Order: sequence, then C-alpha cells, then structure tokens
Amino acid sequence: MTLPRRTHPRPLDIASGRVDLTHGGGGRAMAQLVDELFVAAFDNEALNRGNDQAAFDVPGGRMVMTTDGYVISPLFFPGGDIGSLAVHGTVNDVAMAGAVPLSLSAGFIIEEGFPLADLKRVVDSMARASREAGVPVVTGDTKVVEKGKGDGLFITTAGIGMVPPGVDISGDKARPGDAILVSGTMGDHGVAVMSQRESLGFETAILSDSAALHTMVAQMVAAVPGIRTLRDPTRGGLAATLNEIAAQSGTGMLIRETDVPVRDAVRGACELLGLDPLYVANEGKLICICADADAERLLQVMRAHPLGRDAARIGTCEADPHHFVRMETGMGGVRVVDWLAGEQLPRIC
Amino acid sequence: MKYIDEFRDGQVARALARAIHAEADPARTYHIMEFCGGHTHAISRYGLEDLLPGNVRMIHGPGCPVCVLPVGRVDAAIWLARQPGVTLCTYGDMLRVPGSKRLSLLKAKAEGCDIRMVYSTQDALKLAQSLPERQVVFFAIGFETTTPPTAVAIRQAAALGLANFSVFCNHVLTPSAITQILDSPEVRELGTVRLDAFIGPAHVSTIIGSAPYEYFAEEYQRPVVIAGFEPLDVLQAVRMLVRQLNDGRFDVENEFSRAVTRDGNAKAKALVADTFELRKSFEWRGLGLVPYSGLRIKECFAAFDAERRWDVPADSVADNKACECGAILRGVKKPTDCKLFGTVCTPENPMGSCMVSAEGACAAHWTYGRFRDMKADA
Repeated sequence: MTLPRRTHPRPLDIASGRVDLTHGGGGRAMAQLVDELFVAAFDNEALNRGNDQAAFDVPGGRMVMTTDGYVISPLFFPGGDIGSLAVHGTVNDVAMAGAVPLSLSAGFIIEEGFPLADLKRVVDSMARASREAGVPVVTGDTKVVEKGKGDGLFITTAGIGMVPPGVDISGDKARPGDAILVSGTMGDHGVAVMSQRESLGFETAILSDSAALHTMVAQMVAAVPGIRTLRDPTRGGLAATLNEIAAQSGTGMLIRETDVPVRDAVRGACELLGLDPLYVANEGKLICICADADAERLLQVMRAHPLGRDAARIGTCEADPHHFVRMETGMGGVRVVDWLAGEQLPRIC
Repeated sequence: MKYIDEFRDGQVARALARAIHAEADPARTYHIMEFCGGHTHAISRYGLEDLLPGNVRMIHGPGCPVCVLPVGRVDAAIWLARQPGVTLCTYGDMLRVPGSKRLSLLKAKAEGCDIRMVYSTQDALKLAQSLPERQVVFFAIGFETTTPPTAVAIRQAAALGLANFSVFCNHVLTPSAITQILDSPEVRELGTVRLDAFIGPAHVSTIIGSAPYEYFAEEYQRPVVIAGFEPLDVLQAVRMLVRQLNDGRFDVENEFSRAVTRDGNAKAKALVADTFELRKSFEWRGLGLVPYSGLRIKECFAAFDAERRWDVPADSVADNKACECGAILRGVKKPTDCKLFGTVCTPENPMGSCMVSAEGACAAHWTYGRFRDMKADA
C-alpha cells in the first residue's frame, strides 16, 4: 500500500469519530478523510496520483459505460453491504453487455454525523470487492450533506468496460423461439435485506447473492459469442426484467413456474410477507436469452462456474403482438407475469 | 415448504380438475361466487379458471377489505392526516386507494402529511410510544380477521394509558354483506344475476366459525363451502359445491377444517364483543348503506376513538360516474364490462378501489388474466 501523500498531525478518530461538514468542505479535513480512508483503501496508481480525474490507456474497440446510485437501507445486510453492492452492481451492468469491466468511479454522499467506523467498514468492503473483481476504483468524489438531508450514506459508481470483438448483446435482440435461462435462485438479495428490517422481526439464514458476474459472463461469451441478451434481474426481480426485455424486443415470453429456481427459505419468507419471489431483487444473478440451439452449451458453462451452479432454463420467447410475459403455473393454468405496480419493498439497492 | 406445498400440488390439481369435469352436468351452468378477495387472488394467480369446465363460472365477490371502503371514509382518513400534530398509520394497501379529487393517502403523504405504513397494530402502538408529541391515529380496516388485533391494540393502549393513540375504526362484517348481495334486486327479484353457491371465507371463518353461514344456506337455499386460500382448497370447494348443486342440497360444508370450526375462535369473538359495538348502518362501496354491517368503538374506550376525538367528516361521496366498482363488487358486472378498465384505470393509476388491492377483482384480472381478453381482440 502506498503511504498517504500528505501527513496529518493527528490521524482520523475512526473508532468514535463522526463525519462532519468540514469533511466535505474542501479543506484539510476533507483531504485527510480522502487520504486516510479512500486512497488508503482503494490504493491504485491512477487514484494515488491525486488528480480530479483518472487518466488511463484503453485498447481500441467498443466501450460501454454505465452509472448507478446505491441508496439501500439498511447499509449492512446478510451477505454484503452498500459498499460491496456498489461495486458488484456496476461491474454487472458493464458485464451485461458482454464487456470486460476496466475501472470504476465512486461518489460518496455522506450525512453529517455518520460514524467514521461505519464509513471505514463500507469503504474497506468496497475496496475488497473491487480487488476481488479486479476492477479498480480510479477516481472518486466526497460530499457531506447536513443532518436530516440524507439517510446516512449514498454511493454512486460509474463503470467502463471493453466489448470483445464480434459481441453485440442487447435487450432488443430476443426472438420468438429463443431460450430464457437464469443463472440461479431468485429473490435471495431482497429477502436478505427485508429480514433486516426491524419491524418485521424475523431472522433467516438467507444471504444476499451480491456478487460480480463478469468472470462467468466472460466464459459464456467465449463459448457462445452470439448470446442475444444478458440482464441482471435487480429491482423488480425476474418479472420486471423479463417484461423490459419483452418490450424492448417486441416479443412475448412463456415461462414455467416449476422451472424457476427459488430457495425454500426465500419462498417461505415471501409467503409470510405476502410477496412473490418473481418480483424480489437479485444482485448476483443474470437472465440470458439465446438461440434455442445454444441453450444447453450455455447452461453447462454457467453450471461449471461457482456463481451459476443452479442455472436453469425457465422458458421460451414466443411471438405475441402484446408482448406479454406469461407463466404456466404449477397448477397447470396460465397467467400474466406483470410489471410490478407501485413499490412493494423498501430501498433494496 | 411444509404445509404449503401440499396444497399447491399440480398433480392433485389436475386430478381434481378431471373430477370436476366428470361431475359437472353439461346440461346446466354453475354460478359460484367466491366472497373473499383471497380466493379471487388465488384463482387468478394460479390460473385456476383454465382448469374448470366452461359451464362452471366463478363470480368475484366483495370480500376485499380495501375495495369495499367507500370514498367518504378515505377522504375522512386524509382529513385526519391533515390535522395538526397527527401521524396517521395504516396497512400498505390503503395508501393507494383513491379518494375524491384524485387524492389518496400516498399523495397526501407527498404533500407533507405524516402518514406511515405499518405491518400490524403492534407497530402502530410502538409508533405512538416512540412519538409522544404526536397524535398517532391507526386507520383500521378489514373484516373479522383484522378486527381482533385492533381490539387488542385499543386495550393495550388503555392499559398503558397511551393518550396519544387512537383508532379510526372501519371494521366491517362479512355475513351482513352476503345478506345484502342475496337481497339485492338483481339476485332476488330480477334474476339478472345468478348466484347458485358460495365459497365461504377462509381467514374470516377461523374467527367467526362456520355457524353464521347456516342462515344463508337455509334461508336463501344456497350451498356454502368454506375453503382455504390455497389453490387446491379452491378446486376442492368447487367440486363440493358442484356435488351439492347436483344433489339439490344447500348445506354449509367446511373444506378448511384444518383451521375452521363451527363456533370459531371464542376468545377473539369475546375480545371484539367487549371492545366494539354495531353501527346501525355502514356505507360499503358498491353495496351502499348496509344495516348492522360495521363496528364502532364502545363508549368505555371512547378515549381511543378518533371519531370521538375529532369531528371527522361523515360525508358520503359518490364514486366516479364511469366506475363500475359497485356493480363488480355485487357480481353484476365483470371487470371487462367497465369502460375504465385497462384504459384510464390500471394498478399504477387506479380510479376505482377494485383496481387497488391485489385481491380486487379488477387488479387480479388485469395483473394475471388480461391476456385472455387481448387474444380475443387480436
């Protein structure tokens, strides 16, 4: 690790200190926070140079860029926290184009009074996620807002990545007859977060599935460069994401309820809370639409990867002028799997 | 999932469906009203209509507590939320129910009213304890199932001397609503609506028992089968009703025997009787004024009655003229008979109450079944 660039007479009081307005004021206090917390944790050449932007060389070709805001409550949940989520979510958004993620930016909006110990925990977790993914945070920003004007901590991350030659993955490419695959069980993240809400008062052994999917995607793209669509079913869950793809591609879809993998504990929790697992968020799963002939090959690749062990084919795209996503229920009837109406859940990402 | 999967077994469902097909007489039709929104939801969510023969028709009843609350009571809740110092809390579904002037509690919240969603009456009590400087009003709605918890909350508040807690009581009674439907001109005199049989409430019956339905079965000669909310419960109840109609019987049968007894939950009934009293009449959306169908808080708990603490407006406000919720709640019309359905009235922007709750007939059909209508158009 590189040493902080400037020396400060007394180090930050991480154990019991709190963020105050001077930490966002542009003076020495802010410089110290950036040095001792952010630069120390993220530690990479581009960031360590201390400029307001990161400069780096990129290979030629097609790039993707994405940005996302993280406002999850609570900040810490079983299986992750807002920091790891802010890395995984944006890495995944880059990867869903079939791209190789290169670097991230991070913006922190911190509420006055936020404990430095919590901030360090989040930043360390974020740095760990970034190192494990091999995608550095190369530039950042810190703002402090007055007490009552934020909810502890918000993070925004942006990411860039390179698309391998010949790959063109997009939400508008699903065609009737294409296979619909998912990389694993649905609803784990949403239920893990819900279980932490104080008023619900139940405990579950379910961990958030928050994970960076780009290594699995790289193997999938290498095996089948002609994948039509990849998307991670985050807010609104599987149901919302399938409806987005159906609308973008102008096709219908028919899935089978009994083929959608859902953990028993997630089903049980959803039953208690009156939720439908199809609408509950995931942060480490993807939906893949591919030609029928490529489905088996892609399932093999996914199942060979630790993040895709429970991968399954859940249905098929069909011609439908109304672009309905329909589901054959376990009972043998058919129903629409609609967009989520309104907001069922608290902030989960 | 133990105790759930057993009631969602696809193989058993198909066997039951075959039995219904075999037993239903092709020479007649069977018009079965499921009173409860919980059944409506199960029928739509599991696509059960696909499993029934064409001459067995399900008619959706008014048993959705959110749907039957009249506009005037929603307006009154918004009025309460606007009173200085008031924090209004209620169940999530209520927040989106449209009142008059396109207002809802959710919109009032966005305007700055302090309105909170709670999961239980216990959360409402805790809220009152944590906000001693605010007047916390619990907007209580629902049938017999949700009434006992409200009674418990009122009694706990009394025991704690929680002076900043009160209840805006809108609890209603199932049997009065069923009588109102059976007495309606469409059913009784004109015969324009055929109701041959009822699937009786699941959760409501765990409290009141099966005995209260014996009166309808005998007086109106309509068979009743009390059924659970799982898909196999519904199919089994349909089969039992088809049999009763074939045999010319009109008995009260209990499919939901794992939870319902003839006399119900004596303790809960006693709690309710000690805390509430009957109103002479109460307005229901779709059914109008129904005699002895609503509850108010007894005099001895007057301190916790929001209607006594504030001069809550008691105006009756008409529904949107084009909205057919009323006729739909009585089983006179289907959601697709309403001009607003799916055009200006959708779950995102509900005009009528049947589109608000997932248990409402319109929301259930729009969310799960509308592909059937559109295939017919295409």
